[in-house]
Amino acid sequence: MSLNFQLLAIAASAGLLLVVLELVRRRRFLERYALVWMGCALALLALAAWRPGLELVAAVLGIAYPPTALFLVAGGFVGLLLLHFSIAVSRLTDQSKVLAQRVALLEERQRHHEAPPVPARTYRPAEREAVGRGPRP
Amino acid sequence: MSLGAPYSFSHLAVVPAYNEAATIGGVIRSLREQVPDFDVLVIDDGSTDGTQIVAESAGARVVRHPFNLGIGGAVQSGFSFALENGYDYMVQVDGDGQHDPVEINRLVETMDDDPRLDMVCGSRFLTKDYKYPSPVSRRTGIHVFAFLLSRIVGQRVSDPTSGFRLFNRRAIAVFARDYPHDYPEVEAVLMLHYHRLRMREVPVRMFARGGGVSSISSGKSVYYMIKVLLAIFVGLVRARPVVEPGDEAPVAAAGGI
Repeated sequence: MSLNFQLLAIAASAGLLLVVLELVRRRRFLERYALVWMGCALALLALAAWRPGLELVAAVLGIAYPPTALFLVAGGFVGLLLLHFSIAVSRLTDQSKVLAQRVALLEERQRHHEAPPVPARTYRPAEREAVGRGPRP
Repeated sequence: MSLGAPYSFSHLAVVPAYNEAATIGGVIRSLREQVPDFDVLVIDDGSTDGTQIVAESAGARVVRHPFNLGIGGAVQSGFSFALENGYDYMVQVDGDGQHDPVEINRLVETMDDDPRLDMVCGSRFLTKDYKYPSPVSRRTGIHVFAFLLSRIVGQRVSDPTSGFRLFNRRAIAVFARDYPHDYPEVEAVLMLHYHRLRMREVPVRMFARGGGVSSISSGKSVYYMIKVLLAIFVGLVRARPVVEPGDEAPVAAAGGI
């Protein structure tokens, strides 16, 4: 692995970690998503910075060129995150469906139980003058 | 669960409608005329064409979704309404005028005659002289589903995509808890089977659509077939949970945000 590649990998994963930490600091993430991303960024940073570790992973997996192992690990994380978000989106879709149904049913019940709204009174021109508002322009 | 106002009748007609302002008024008037013992509830599934106003001025109660949930979500709102207000029977009628309200009487008679039935389904294909103008591709799809479903549930199901259905309290309770999302009719037959509820089909006449656009355009019918086939096979391996009271919430609804 060339030094340039290693520097790039370290910079990229450190950048990812910084962005994640900043987002956590600004409370843009729920903790559970922050943890997933931080774990991902930390693992990539560790492998990029600590060459024996990456070489060990590559050897165990039978990968001749260690940087490929870095790509593999990163790709694995991406796949896991996507799966995680598909599950989250499905859950939110279901929950928002149920919420929309509840709101609609409650609204209908409320409308049904309220007296019908009194229609706004309309005045004919002569009446408008009588109540001192003058003719409609 | 609290009940709403006391209702004069225990029969409910649910009309799911998405941008059906052109036809919904006629459907409601026809329902009030042909089956006056049915309360009429329109589920306005986020329409943008004033379906709600037309339906209310025709004398229906309207549940309006804040946004479009699709036909499954709309019909499920009807089940929830029927369950909470203690209706004995609920019939589902399309808002586009395909279903002839006169035929509801036949569905009700069938269910009254056999108290073991939980769902009575109007089928286009049980009469010899049926003339239902639908494209060949869609008819093929319907027959494929009919073939598969008939074998799975062990009784003939001739028209599994028909939305003209009458439900009793047991079926209402099951479907208020869990009803399929996108194209629910076929899966609903399967769910009924897994809940050990009974259904029967009766022949009905259906009209060509009065207006509006079908929820299943020809471009989507391939997607529809694949999606429903997947649902059937998922149902076969029982991965779709049959939710009983006290169980965890179905599929994706578990867990927090």
